Amino acid sequence: MNILKKQSKFILGLISLIIITFISGCNDLAVLDPKGPVALQQKDLIMLSIGFMLFIVLVVFVLFTFMIVRYRERPENADYEPPQDEGSKVLELIWTAIPVLIVIALAVPTVKTIYALEEPPKAPSHKNPVVVHATSVDWKWIFTYPEENIETVNYLNIPEDRPILFKLTSADSMAALWIPQLGGQEYNMAGMETELYLQADEPGTYNGRNANFTGEGFAKQKFTVTAQTEEDYEQWVEEAQSARKLTQEKYNELMKKEIYTDELTFSSTHLEWVDHAKQADYAVKVRKGIDPEKDKQEENDSHHGSHH
Amino acid sequence: MKWDEFFVTGDPFIYAADASIVFTSIGIVFVLTYYKKWKWLWSEWLTTVDHKKIGIMYIIAAVLMLFRGGVDALLMRAQITAPGSEILKSQHYNEIFTTHGTIMIIFMAMPFLIGLINFAVPLQIGARDVAYPYLNAVSFWTFFFGAMLFNISFVIGGSPSAGWTSYVPLAGEELSPGPGQNYYLLGLQIAGIGTLLTGINFLVTILKMRAPGMSIIRMPMFTWSTLITMILIIFAFPVLTVALALMTFDRLFGSHFLTLADGGLPMLWLNLFWIWGHPEVYIVILPAFGIFSEIISTFARKTLFGYKAMVWSMVSIAGLSFIVWVHHFFTMGANAVVNSFFSITTMAIAIPTGVKIFNWLFTLYKGRIKITSAMLWSLAFIPNFTIGGVTGVMLAMAAADYQYHNTYFLVSHFHYVLISGTVFACFAGLYFWYPKMFGHRLNERIGKWSFWLFMIGFNVCFFPMYFLGLDGMPRRIYTYEWADGWFDLNVVATIGAIGMAIGFVLLIYNIYWSFRYAERETTGDPWDGRTLEWSTHTPVPFYNFAIIPEVSGLDAYSRMKRDPAQEKKKEYKPIHMPNYSGKPIFMSVAFFISGFGLVFEWWWMAILGLIGVLAMLLLRSFDYDDGYYVPVDEVERIEKSYE
Repeated sequence: MNILKKQSKFILGLISLIIITFISGCNDLAVLDPKGPVALQQKDLIMLSIGFMLFIVLVVFVLFTFMIVRYRERPENADYEPPQDEGSKVLELIWTAIPVLIVIALAVPTVKTIYALEEPPKAPSHKNPVVVHATSVDWKWIFTYPEENIETVNYLNIPEDRPILFKLTSADSMAALWIPQLGGQEYNMAGMETELYLQADEPGTYNGRNANFTGEGFAKQKFTVTAQTEEDYEQWVEEAQSARKLTQEKYNELMKKEIYTDELTFSSTHLEWVDHAKQADYAVKVRKGIDPEKDKQEENDSHHGSHH
Repeated sequence: MKWDEFFVTGDPFIYAADASIVFTSIGIVFVLTYYKKWKWLWSEWLTTVDHKKIGIMYIIAAVLMLFRGGVDALLMRAQITAPGSEILKSQHYNEIFTTHGTIMIIFMAMPFLIGLINFAVPLQIGARDVAYPYLNAVSFWTFFFGAMLFNISFVIGGSPSAGWTSYVPLAGEELSPGPGQNYYLLGLQIAGIGTLLTGINFLVTILKMRAPGMSIIRMPMFTWSTLITMILIIFAFPVLTVALALMTFDRLFGSHFLTLADGGLPMLWLNLFWIWGHPEVYIVILPAFGIFSEIISTFARKTLFGYKAMVWSMVSIAGLSFIVWVHHFFTMGANAVVNSFFSITTMAIAIPTGVKIFNWLFTLYKGRIKITSAMLWSLAFIPNFTIGGVTGVMLAMAAADYQYHNTYFLVSHFHYVLISGTVFACFAGLYFWYPKMFGHRLNERIGKWSFWLFMIGFNVCFFPMYFLGLDGMPRRIYTYEWADGWFDLNVVATIGAIGMAIGFVLLIYNIYWSFRYAERETTGDPWDGRTLEWSTHTPVPFYNFAIIPEVSGLDAYSRMKRDPAQEKKKEYKPIHMPNYSGKPIFMSVAFFISGFGLVFEWWWMAILGLIGVLAMLLLRSFDYDDGYYVPVDEVERIEKSYE
């Protein structure tokens, strides 16, 4: 029994050491360092689940260590004939019931959070959300602010403390808009429009990127998010509104399938001539040199959905 | 098409691969000719319908594919270790992770398990072969040539590069033109025929060919897991067949099922793929559960704790596996009701799985645990799989999944379940049944070194990835920047990968060493086994059992050993056996030719291949081959030779 105690103590010590080492580094991890209410709710849910999971892992590891140390074949027990017990209804009921309870305990906050994330975050000031259309193109990001009538490429400026309603779509392959410190990702799909609320609680620069594989330029399809104070943001909008206008010719150049990392600003938007959520093959046609306006399907609306 | 488009050019890795393929082929031809083994190879192996030989061929092919997939993995680790490295170009990296995933799931995990199933299940149920031995050969050869078609892509025409999930529109003709993606579609389609046939074959075998007395609740757990897996295959694989056909039609014949243009529905592919894909992950995990059950029970020297609960938990896992597929794309923007439903169904899988974990633990309780290599792999499964399982529950929580999806957190999770589940089971099963297959055990000392290196390496490689994921590192990026801060953990992961590679090399060395030097088995029962496969001779005679055993309960062979009086007088009867046939391999070669033609859209070749397939089907239909009988005196002679 002495060996047993020593071994299990050593193993338990080792496990807790590993866990402590990793957890102490957790605050530096982007997802666990939220800067807005969406990412915060997700972090809380993650931490809750990690708690439950560590408990389960601990129970299994302790039992496992006990079994293999205590019942291992040794010269002393060579004559021992194990009993051929076929099971125990009580025990099996216990370890069916406990996981059921754990699943319920996790399902309730999960479902609550799923529903909560459908709504704009409750900002301290209850302001209207800023609407931003985020369109992914192989391999760049186009952000459209329809109410401000401005469009940016590969960068995103947002006001702090105000919900942003992203309307996501894609000009070609399926991408996913992801700003880890502000909240989880959602797919951008051609011919579809998905909605995602995010919000920044404090001014700062955050990394945003495409998280869903889109081919050769995928690793470079990134953008910077700058959260600004209300005044700075207003000032930026004004400046942007005096930038050059976006022409369809310029826009069609952006439709080219290539890595493009420059940041651009325009004082008009591509929604004037195309909404990729309604015309899935615009970019494909432009690349083939076909006029995308030609035989633009009138009945288009019948076979694409928009869901959120 | 020009020749330099046909052959992949311009990359030193590819030239090295070209050279190694040429030299290996020359080497094989030379050895076979020098030792005059061509006839032996043809008549003993290539035309065989014997489930044991087919099983062994599956395992050999799977080990080769594990090597190929492993090299892919090492190349990926080499490229991703340091930020900004240029060992591989983006396109090449994308091809490699695509082939790594596809090969490991379709051409390694499944065939390895199907190989073990082929070898062990008919023996476990006291049968002389499977229900349809000829179909079994067709299964193997279509798998093999499907795998070959997929594998040649990296030297001829270029490999697919849209990920093993091949999401459209990326994988469609509009964004990925050329032969690469066609290889994926046709390689999987041809191999899929074999898998579906295996599903039907073993379902019938297990239902109809069990030894007298083996009622369905007396079947060994590995047989149970196989039965349930085969039902999953029969329901899931047709969905893949249809999905692949839709994309093939789009790419080759210009239809618009999944395209961006003309109202195609790319989301249809995602749904169909995962309606197959989620049951698929249980197709590769349930047989693993069966293998662990056999091994843990054997080496704890106890009957399995909670047999019925073990069966019911597998049945419920199999049922649930068809109603969880949306958890692969919670981030598609489905509404809260949909995501909540699939969150809960997914989490519910943890319940039967948890039951199994505790039943395994309590099989150990009060046992006398003998630690062999097979047992080491099985024991290591329990804690490692638990880590993979609990992170699976975390991923199931949709609202949190928006942060884990497409990141290294996910990569780590599915490697934890697939490696500590499936791969550990393949190795455990190999060590366990090896003496039955080849008449000698694998060396325990080398086996333990190999185990510890691989198992520790595995944890060192994949545990840090959970943290990389939480730090925002997406999967499938071929490079990153210093500023991202992911360098340290990536270095750790790569060190772990090297440990796994050394562990694998030691396993292969062990096979060589044991072939040369290990003591030959004289009894058929090296582990004090509990099930019928250990009751027959080693090496197993081609008819498996001279007299079909009678089963009086669970752990049939243990009972026989406890109560030898049961053994009846040996009165042999003529044994009915199937004839070998060359048609399955010819037909599969024809499939290969047809598939190759379709990949390059060379219609004449595709049609020629299809004519070959039809010709073989026709020939087989007029084939009045009922097999043959082994006369009693030959059975006597063979049985005597074991004494």
